[in-house]
Amino acid sequence: MKLDVTKIRKDFPILERELRPGVRLTYLDSTATSQKPLAVIQAMDDFYRMSNANIHRGVHTLAEEATALYEGARERIAKFINAESARQVIYTRNTTESINLVAYSWARANLKQGDLVILTEMEHHSNLVPWHMLQAERGIELDFIPVTEDGLLDLETYKTLLDRRPKLVSFTHMSNVLGTINPAAEIIRLAHEAGAIALVDGAQSVPHFQVNMQALDADFYAFSAHKMCGPTGIGALYGKIALLESMPPFLGGGDMIKEVKLRSFRANSLPHKFEAGTPAIAEAIGFGVAVDYLSVIGMDKIAAHEQEITEYALERLEEIPGVKLFGPSADKKGGVASFTLEGVHPHDVAQILDRDGIAVRAGHHCAQPLHEKFGIPATSRASFYLYNTKEEVDLLVNGIYKVKEMFS
Amino acid sequence: MDDLYREVIIEHYKNPSHRGKLDPHDISFADNNPLCGDHIQIDLRVGADGIVTDARFDGHGCAISQASADLLIESIIGKPLEEVKQLNKDSVLELLGIELGPVRLKCALLSLKVLKAGVYGLRESSDELVE
Repeated sequence: MKLDVTKIRKDFPILERELRPGVRLTYLDSTATSQKPLAVIQAMDDFYRMSNANIHRGVHTLAEEATALYEGARERIAKFINAESARQVIYTRNTTESINLVAYSWARANLKQGDLVILTEMEHHSNLVPWHMLQAERGIELDFIPVTEDGLLDLETYKTLLDRRPKLVSFTHMSNVLGTINPAAEIIRLAHEAGAIALVDGAQSVPHFQVNMQALDADFYAFSAHKMCGPTGIGALYGKIALLESMPPFLGGGDMIKEVKLRSFRANSLPHKFEAGTPAIAEAIGFGVAVDYLSVIGMDKIAAHEQEITEYALERLEEIPGVKLFGPSADKKGGVASFTLEGVHPHDVAQILDRDGIAVRAGHHCAQPLHEKFGIPATSRASFYLYNTKEEVDLLVNGIYKVKEMFS
Repeated sequence: MDDLYREVIIEHYKNPSHRGKLDPHDISFADNNPLCGDHIQIDLRVGADGIVTDARFDGHGCAISQASADLLIESIIGKPLEEVKQLNKDSVLELLGIELGPVRLKCALLSLKVLKAGVYGLRESSDELVE
């Protein structure tokens, strides 16, 4: 059974929007943030209209409702990624905060000067800068799995890096620029064999295909709601229980404590130990509904649809003289097409496409080192999700021909 | 919108009249736009009387950033440094002859930021220079 995209598009009110008279939105920027289905928007609206209260400890009806909704969402998110327990899902603001939580809590308790952390050349800044900061503070060492010309990770070099006995391997499951889907299970297995733990940036993977924590055996896995039909301001960190139990708290304050004395405190149990202060309650509820929305449609169907659109997009873009695509072939990547157009800066491409209502991103997409590697300052990036169609790819291609004409 | 890509802008982007480097020079400064990686270097020669006798820019970026650099450099040759110090956002927009949203404004003003940081002899440029 294929995805009924016409029906799905009706779930997303923003896709109806006319940006200017006669110019309908063609949204090809879901890698930056996805659009939100009505179910999510309504759930958050309902919460504020009907059930708004602070969570935990309250005994009144609304407080109990809010707590049940907030914790119920956590259960469903845990199930969505096949975690053993909801205690392993810690709410954060986003993927970036999830990675920082590991860098501040686990890494500062476990890494000392000279310890090696392995990253890759295709990381988003969110999986580079926290480690740069730790390097400056602790004198840890960083090394990088290289990216090949085809946009894949060089696993042979990775194996030789592992001889240096790293403490941590932290890598993206799917590149936000190249679209490359990395062999996460294998990378994690090799890390474990070398005695390292593995942290996975799942910002682009969780929204687009089924991820399974128990099969992957990741030690930490970070992702954001807003890229998977949920609201901004909420994300999650999955972690193995033993690791999470052993880690010191991250932020201190209300809700993360069992007991506070004037001069001391005892940390709360998981997952609350890492959730200080009033959290993003409505957002967590929206996150849960987003997960339900995707589950009902089916992640396998979503992945197959995106595969089909991406294949078509790469094929059509390749036909355009002057277009250069980055990243591997469609079978090795998710719904991302990053490209340059000869003689035209990506900003100009994006700006001219915008005139026809086509939203693509231009720049280095928070992956400056990767662009340096390919010797380009920036790319234009079209990305695809469950609501995109081949007709939209055609609009993009026509738009690029218009850009060429303008600069010819 | 078509205004944004007025012919004069495309022309200065494709065939800039003042692209290059000056060696020797009296002032040289370079900076990036961290949002998009646009890069501009500006070299100036200044006479004993404080007049800009020659100027060039180099770098890469979008049509807006490169065209505004070319137009800006063209406009300051023969002018005293004191006058260059007075240039602001409006001077650049006047040269371009277009209106810009906040994101593209950063592209357009990068060259002015670099120029003024160089003229003031600063170690780092700042957005305040183009207010």
